Amino acid sequence: MANVSEQIRDVIIIGSGPAGYTAAIYTGRAQLEPLVFEGSRYGGALMTTTDVENYPGFPDGIMGPDLMEQFKAQAERFGAELQPKDVTSVELAGDIKKVVVDGTTYLARSVILAMGAQARYLNVPGEQGLLGRGVSSCATCDGFFFRDQDIAVIGGGDSAMEEAIFLSKFARSVTVVHRRDEFRASKIMLERARDNDKIRWRTGVTIDRVVGDGGVSGLELSDGATLDVTGMFVAIGHDPRSELVRGQVDTDEAGYVIVSPPSTATSVDGVFAAGDLVDHTYRQAVTAAGTGCSAAIDVERWLAEHAADPHAQVAAEFVGGGYGSKS
Amino acid sequence: MADKSTVTVTDDSFAADVLGSDKPVLVDFWATWCGPCKQVAPVLEEIASENEQITIAKMDIDANPDTPREYQIMSIPTMILFSGGQPVKQIVGAKPKAALLADLADYLG
Repeated sequence: MANVSEQIRDVIIIGSGPAGYTAAIYTGRAQLEPLVFEGSRYGGALMTTTDVENYPGFPDGIMGPDLMEQFKAQAERFGAELQPKDVTSVELAGDIKKVVVDGTTYLARSVILAMGAQARYLNVPGEQGLLGRGVSSCATCDGFFFRDQDIAVIGGGDSAMEEAIFLSKFARSVTVVHRRDEFRASKIMLERARDNDKIRWRTGVTIDRVVGDGGVSGLELSDGATLDVTGMFVAIGHDPRSELVRGQVDTDEAGYVIVSPPSTATSVDGVFAAGDLVDHTYRQAVTAAGTGCSAAIDVERWLAEHAADPHAQVAAEFVGGGYGSKS
Repeated sequence: MADKSTVTVTDDSFAADVLGSDKPVLVDFWATWCGPCKQVAPVLEEIASENEQITIAKMDIDANPDTPREYQIMSIPTMILFSGGQPVKQIVGAKPKAALLADLADYLG
């Protein structure tokens, strides 16, 4: 059952992290009546964090999920239409962009891509089978269940340090396992982790296998040793969620959407991108919000410049909304 | 018929409201500090209001430690479907509505 929405929007935003909601706030205030497809898991990466200490304006810190609720409320205040749905496919070429969701095609003159990034797993034997049974990518969700147990955090960046420190509140010990001897984490986070009595270190090794029957019982390491832990928290980075648009907009070899700084314009006219989908350098809530704002302003200017463009006229096939209805 | 919504269950009411229910009951184990639990909450409300065949119950694991321990919950959100007093299906993590409906398809008639 194909359905095409008759309305042609000024802008559709895909994604609901700091970038997506900020783009929604700005385009909403600019009276562009944005339609936002938040995805079935709104709020983005901050929904699985605890205290956000470095978001300006919150000197005492704020919980990640609480911060995202506030972003969302602010977007709603300015008239953004928020839909907690996953986009099925997009057609970004041409003057009228198509966004397909649950069999309905939505039309817009411009699109802002802000799908963010998703947590990476190790992809070693035993890992997926024990997901939710000791294997986790969300320390804040699952740390509670590992009170007085010995657990491991895999990774060497800031999120690995943050998870290790958070988990040390519950666990008897937390072993940070990192494939290299040096860490990518910031100095402040690394020092905080090093000062923590409960945190131990295994560097220069990788995980060969997650062992356990019904729950994790240990990790087989590349040096032949077994680490006896009942939990494994994976914090080895993120991959951009660009599957939806690959082949339509230019991406780099790692899958990040390429824009032309300082603009957020992608390789496709009228399509802009912001946040962790684009950024493999900074990856902060505040930089994602910043580029979300840039994308909104870029859209506003782009729409103004193209308003008088004869090519921007609605294709005949869309008039009356009869296109694609196969009833 | 009036819209049905989710119901709250506790350690004390679990035996009667879940194990003793004549309808299948999907229990959502959640906590206030869990972001993904917040993400899946509106989806569960929708499924509850649209499906008469099952009851959807929510248990706050902070206030109710016994039941999560008994069912060895190690990750939230975890949803367990009980039918005839037995756990028959376990779903870990927030999923889109369509995926949850597919998981529950056998019990939605």
